[in-house]
Amino acid sequence: MSTHGPIATHRTATGIPTGRLAVWWLMASEIFIFGGLIMCFLLFKFNNAPGFEDASMTSTTAGAFNTFVLLTSSLTIVLAHAAAERGDTAASFRYIWFTIGGGLVFILVKTYEYSTKILHGHTLTDNIFWSFYYTATGLHALHVFGGMVIMAIISFDVRKNYNLQRVELIGIYWHFVDIVWIFLFPILYIANF
Amino acid sequence: MGQQSESIVHEAEVHEAHHEQSFLMKYIFPLDHKMIGFQYMFTGLFMAAIGGYFAYAFRMQLAFPGAEVPLYGFVDPANYNMLVTNHGTIMIFWVAMPVLIAAFGNWMIPLMIGCDDMVFPRLNRLSYQVFLVSALVLILSFFVEGGGFGGAWTSYPPLSAAAEYNLTNWGASLWLLAVALEIVAFLLGGINFITTTMNARAPGMGMMDIPIVIWMINIAVILFMSSVGPLVAGAVMLFFDQRLGTSFFMPSGGGDPLLWQHLFWFFGHPEVYVVLLPTMGIVADIITVFSRKKLFGYRTILYTAFGTGGLSFIVWAHHQFIAGIDPRMANVFVITTILISIPIAEMVFSYIATLYGGSIEFSTPMLWALSFLVSFLIGGVTGIYLGSSAMDIYFHDSYFVVAHFHYTFFPITIIGMFAAITFWFPKMFGRMLDETLNKIHFWGTIIPFNGLFLPLFLVGMAGQHRRIADYTQYPDLASPDLQGIRIFATVSMVIMLLFQFVFIYNFFNSIFKGKKAPMNPWRATTLEWTIPSPPPHGNFAEMPTVYRGPYEYSVPGHDEDYWPQHIPPKSNV
Repeated sequence: MSTHGPIATHRTATGIPTGRLAVWWLMASEIFIFGGLIMCFLLFKFNNAPGFEDASMTSTTAGAFNTFVLLTSSLTIVLAHAAAERGDTAASFRYIWFTIGGGLVFILVKTYEYSTKILHGHTLTDNIFWSFYYTATGLHALHVFGGMVIMAIISFDVRKNYNLQRVELIGIYWHFVDIVWIFLFPILYIANF
Repeated sequence: MGQQSESIVHEAEVHEAHHEQSFLMKYIFPLDHKMIGFQYMFTGLFMAAIGGYFAYAFRMQLAFPGAEVPLYGFVDPANYNMLVTNHGTIMIFWVAMPVLIAAFGNWMIPLMIGCDDMVFPRLNRLSYQVFLVSALVLILSFFVEGGGFGGAWTSYPPLSAAAEYNLTNWGASLWLLAVALEIVAFLLGGINFITTTMNARAPGMGMMDIPIVIWMINIAVILFMSSVGPLVAGAVMLFFDQRLGTSFFMPSGGGDPLLWQHLFWFFGHPEVYVVLLPTMGIVADIITVFSRKKLFGYRTILYTAFGTGGLSFIVWAHHQFIAGIDPRMANVFVITTILISIPIAEMVFSYIATLYGGSIEFSTPMLWALSFLVSFLIGGVTGIYLGSSAMDIYFHDSYFVVAHFHYTFFPITIIGMFAAITFWFPKMFGRMLDETLNKIHFWGTIIPFNGLFLPLFLVGMAGQHRRIADYTQYPDLASPDLQGIRIFATVSMVIMLLFQFVFIYNFFNSIFKGKKAPMNPWRATTLEWTIPSPPPHGNFAEMPTVYRGPYEYSVPGHDEDYWPQHIPPKSNV
C-alpha cells in the first residue's frame, strides 16, 4: 500500500475497498440502462407489435454457442482472479488472455450473425424487432469489446505484479456483461411468441 | 487501496511540488476537488446567465408580441419554441445539477467528512471535462442550420424524432447528444461522490454523524443513477430514430410515442427530488447554524428523504394524465402523488421545529433559507392540485403548471444556490460578501420573483395555454384582459434580472476586495469551518477525528453555544 497521493484514496471506512465499491455502483447504474432497454422490448412484445414474429429468424444455434463461449470466459476470469490472489501472476496473465479470446470468439460469431441477417434484408430499420435486436446486441457487444480492451491493459500490469486487485474489478464487470447476455439470449433467440 | 497507482505516482509529484504547479495544471486540468468544484460552479453560473437571457427574450415577446426585444431582436414562433425549450433544459441540466450537486458536492463532501480529496481525483476531472463538452455541444446546437431544438425540454416524439416535423435537423440531435453527455458526466461524478462519502470519512464519523447536506447529495445521486438508466436507453433509441431511421417512437413504423413519455418521466420526476434534496440539505445546515439549535429530528429527516426517494419512482405518470393513459391507472398515480407530499411536509415541519425557540439571526443565508421554505411551500401545495387527475385535466398545459413548477424549481435552484453561495462564500474565497449588498440583492430577487410567478397562477386559472408565442394570433385565446397581467409578470422579471447585477458586482468585488474571512465566521460545528479560509491544498493540516454529531449547538453545560465535531470531549471539562 502506497503512502503517496491523497489520504482519501487509502481510506476504507466501510471496510470494502474503494475500487470494488465503485465498480458495484457502476454496475448498478448499468443495470438500469439495460433494464430500461429490455423493459421497452418486452412492452412492445406483450402489446403484439408488428414484426416480433421475426424472432424465429434469429439463429438459436449461434446464440447458444455464444452463450457457452461467454459463460466459459466468465469461468476463466474467475480463475485469473484466483491466480492473482495466490500471487501466480503468470497464470493470471494466461487466464485473462483466455477470457479476451472468449470475447473475441463471441464478437466474431456476432459479426457472422449480423452479416447473414443484413444479407437477408433484415437491417436496423426493417421493423421494431430488428431495431431492438441490433440496438440491444450492439450495445452489449460494445460492452464486450470495452471489457476486452480494459482486460488487455490490466493483463500487462498483472504480468509486472502490479495492481492485481484490478483483476477482480474487471471480473465483476465481465460477469455483468455475461448476465446481460443471459437476459438477451432467451428474449431474442429462444422465445418465438 | 492501490488501484490507482499511476494516479498515485502522479499525485505524489503534485503534492511535493504543488507550489510550482503550472497555471494549466492548477486551473485548467486540476485534480483538486475544490478547483473542480469552482469549475462546475462558474460553468453553471455562466449557463444560468444564458438561461436567464432566454427567459428575458421570450417573456418580452409574451408581454409585447411582435415588438423587437431590446438586446435580442425579433422572436418568431420557431425562435420562441427554441428559447423556451433551451431555457428549461439549461436551467435543469446545466444549472441546477452542476451548481447544487456537482459544485457544492465537490467542495463540501471532502471538507465536511474530513479528508483531503475525493477518492477518484482523475475520475472527478474527467466528469467535469465531459460536462464542459456537453455544455459546448448544447451551445453549438443554437447555431447550426435550422437553429436550436424547439420541441420542449420533454422532447416528445414524434415531434422530436423526425426532422420533417421539428424542422431542426441537427439542432434536435445535438440537443439530445448534449443531454446524454451531461448524464454521463453526472454518472461518473456520482459514483465518485458515493464512494467518497462511504469510504473516506474521518475516523470516528459514523453514518449518523454525516452532515445532512452530504447525506442529501448522496441520496440525490443514488436517485439520479437509478432513474436515468431507462432514459439513457431511450435517448439511444430516439437518436437512432432521428439519425438512422428506426421507428422506436414513430407510430408510422409500428413504434410507440407514449413509451418515450414513460421513459422520460420515469427519470423526470425523480429528477425533481434529485435537485430538491441537496437544497433541502443546504437549508437544514443553514437553519441550524443561524438558530443556534440542534437540528430537530436528524434521523426523521433522513428517513423522510429515503421515503421521498422511494415514492418518487412511482409517481411519474401524473405528468401524463391527458396523454391517453388508462383512467384506472391514473387513480393509482393520484394516490402515490398525494402520498409523496407527506414525507416532504414532515421534512419541512422538522425545519420549522428547529427554528422554534431558537435564537434566530437573520443573516443573508438564513433569509434565503427561510424564503426557500415559504416559496417551496406554495410550489408544493399547488402540486397537490395538479397531482389530482380530476383537476389536472383542466390545468394541464396551462400557465398554472408553469407557475407551479417555477415555485418549486426557482426556490430549489436559484434560492438554494444563493443560500449556499452566501453561506460558504467565506470558506471558498476567504473573503466576506458585503452584507448590505447581499440584503439588497435578496429583497430585489425575492419580491419580483413573486411578482413574476403569482400572476401566472391567475392567468393559468383563467385558462391561458402554454407554448404559444403570440396570443394575438389566436383571437379565442387572446383574452385582452390578461395582457396587463402578462406585462406585470414580465416587468417583474426584468427587475429581478437587473438586481442580479448587484450580486455579480458583490461577488467579484468581494473575491478581490472583501473583508478577510475568519476561519469560522458563522460559529458552526461542521469540519469545513475548522480549517483556514480558503482551505489550502490538502485541506487539513492535521487529519481530524470526529467525536460527535454535526449539529451540537447550545449544548447544556458546554461553555460555548457550539461544540465542533473535532474537539475531543476532555478539553471542555
